[in-house]
Amino acid sequence: MTTIERRPTTLDHLEALESHAIYILREVVAECERPVLLFSGGKDSAVLLHLAVKAFAPGGLPFPVLHVDTGQNFPEVLDFRDEMVERTGARLIVASVQDAIDRGLVADPGPTGSRNRLQTTSLLGAIQEHGFDAAFGGARRDEDKARAKERILSFRDAFGQWDPRAQRPELWQLYQGRVNHGEHLRAFPLSDWTELDVWQYIARDRVALPSIYFAHHRDVLRRDGMWLAVNEFVAPRAGEAVERRLVRYRTVGDATCTGAVESSATTLDEVLAEVATATVSERGATRADDRFSETAMEDRKREGYF
Amino acid sequence: MDLLTRDLLRVATIGSVDDGKSTVIGRLLVDTRQLFDDQLEAVAHASARRGVGDLDLSFVTDGLRAEREQGITIDVAYRYAATPTRKFIIADCPGHVQYTRNMATGASTADLALMVLDVARGLKEQTRRHLCIAALLGVRAIVVAINKMDTVRWSQSAYSAAVDEVATAARELGIADVTCVPTSALLGDNVVAASLHTPWYVGPTILEALEGSDAGAWDSAEGARLPIQWVLRQPGGGRSYAGMVSGEPLAVGDRVTLLPAGISTTVTALRGPSGSRDAAPAGVAVDVELADDLDVSRGDLLAREPLPTVTRELRATVCWFGDEPLRAGARLRVKHTTRSTPAIVESVESRVDVERLEIEPADALATNDIGVVRLRTADPLVVDDYAQHRVTGGFILIDPVSNVTRAAGMVGDPGLAGATARP
Repeated sequence: MTTIERRPTTLDHLEALESHAIYILREVVAECERPVLLFSGGKDSAVLLHLAVKAFAPGGLPFPVLHVDTGQNFPEVLDFRDEMVERTGARLIVASVQDAIDRGLVADPGPTGSRNRLQTTSLLGAIQEHGFDAAFGGARRDEDKARAKERILSFRDAFGQWDPRAQRPELWQLYQGRVNHGEHLRAFPLSDWTELDVWQYIARDRVALPSIYFAHHRDVLRRDGMWLAVNEFVAPRAGEAVERRLVRYRTVGDATCTGAVESSATTLDEVLAEVATATVSERGATRADDRFSETAMEDRKREGYF
Repeated sequence: MDLLTRDLLRVATIGSVDDGKSTVIGRLLVDTRQLFDDQLEAVAHASARRGVGDLDLSFVTDGLRAEREQGITIDVAYRYAATPTRKFIIADCPGHVQYTRNMATGASTADLALMVLDVARGLKEQTRRHLCIAALLGVRAIVVAINKMDTVRWSQSAYSAAVDEVATAARELGIADVTCVPTSALLGDNVVAASLHTPWYVGPTILEALEGSDAGAWDSAEGARLPIQWVLRQPGGGRSYAGMVSGEPLAVGDRVTLLPAGISTTVTALRGPSGSRDAAPAGVAVDVELADDLDVSRGDLLAREPLPTVTRELRATVCWFGDEPLRAGARLRVKHTTRSTPAIVESVESRVDVERLEIEPADALATNDIGVVRLRTADPLVVDDYAQHRVTGGFILIDPVSNVTRAAGMVGDPGLAGATARP
């Protein structure tokens, strides 16, 4: 056997973030009984799924994948979800907001109303029904000031609530996954990744994404300072003009409250250049749901949102 | 476009409440243009709404409703910054004594502590406690913002007095790498831009000190360590063992010992996230194959010499976060590397007097006390001294009923260089 020269090697930041995320995925799977991975079809959950496959290769995923389906999706994203499920052999569970509406658990906001906030009921229902004690999410701390405060393993009580004033200490990399019956954890392996890190990693590892992340022509209208796609969920109101523009998405969520940004970036390199020089934050540019109040994300998270 | 790959420095802020930690971080982020336009607007809006001036920089990190209402930091906020030199992960920690557990959370992963103290008020007990915890956690470099210099009319003698106080405490705690900077985070002096008010000061700004610091990973740790997290089944019936490397790099061909069993074997294959490799340094998530067919499971550890110690008796320094005092006889769970086992507190030996930085005999640790305890564990643990090896030297104590983490523990003495045991 050849002798390998030992020299101090430092990891670059993408290698460090990647290994840390894989470590968290393995640790939670080892400590918890019934984990699940929340998959929206967005870029962060695509990276998370990619890392999960790496963490448990050559075996399959040791947990199912949960999609909370508002019923108001971009069709490209649903196609991507199904393609990824098939490619990874993951077991897909769909928690349907429509189903929660039909069962009378939540009020129907109407055909064009946002179902974004209603996802919480469906998510907590699925967690309870399947007895999940840990849910992996692709949330990042750089997204929002409330997320900036959250632990990597974040405790939820029996009502699914986050209590930002009483978080468990989290020392070193000793992630602590013990919960009592009915309680659960949210685990965020991408906590320390920034939007730019995610894109750099997607470029480095050639992570597959839905096509709407790249520039394309689309019928859009201007509302609340954002370009919303015109489709069966979003119709022009009085005074709103429909225009065809070259756009792409920086985030993917419910079609009624996720805005597109004007962009001509059709390749990963072009998207990277755009992200590196952006002057508006990812959620600021694209999410109506964060504009309701100063602490919109904190308020939703307290109720059990992603 | 080239992929920007830079080295990463983890920074935690420490210091007492109201000395201006969040404002220093806010100033640092705003003046290095790390904030997006809409985030800056949101901070301005929140400031105006509360009548605290045009731009209350503490709102950049104090994002919770309760924090903004009270004007304090409750829990750690993580912010990310990149300059042409390096990337930073900044943990802005709370100063209040009741949130010491959150400060320890932020400091446990830090390479460097950014300490903030009010020049007019000096080194308060809570600042000493933070400095003490940071030193125990292994933070070996501090950058100190001697802040609110505008309130003492930029007095050099006031600055020098604060520097002397910091230097004395740092010496007693064994922190050798100390850089002090006279600042006014409120006005922006010496945080990113050099001040015109301190012609007598020739040192770096806070940003220059952070960019120039060589505080990095613990490269002094000897011996490779691989705590086993998970067993992966390979095609053909073999198995590989997954974990994160710590200490020295682990390489194919290395003779390693499986602990606590004490069986020698050889690493025959090693894979990182991108496939097979010859060797992996600390921080890489790997899986390894071994030459011998052994019974290896989660909680076991592979080590290359010098070997760690296998023991059921621990003498350790702990930071106690529980609401009730910790006394002999307490039953807790210990989580150490990937192993978790019941533990009993055999005795409490001593506590650190944070004000005087002295070790005194004690039989209990109150909330937020730091002290030395003896523990007995049900299963054997495979440990190194924390001072030599962070991963195999650190552990947490967990309440067996509520599952809440009650203490951070470090195997070995507190190692306060200048502290003497008082009879």
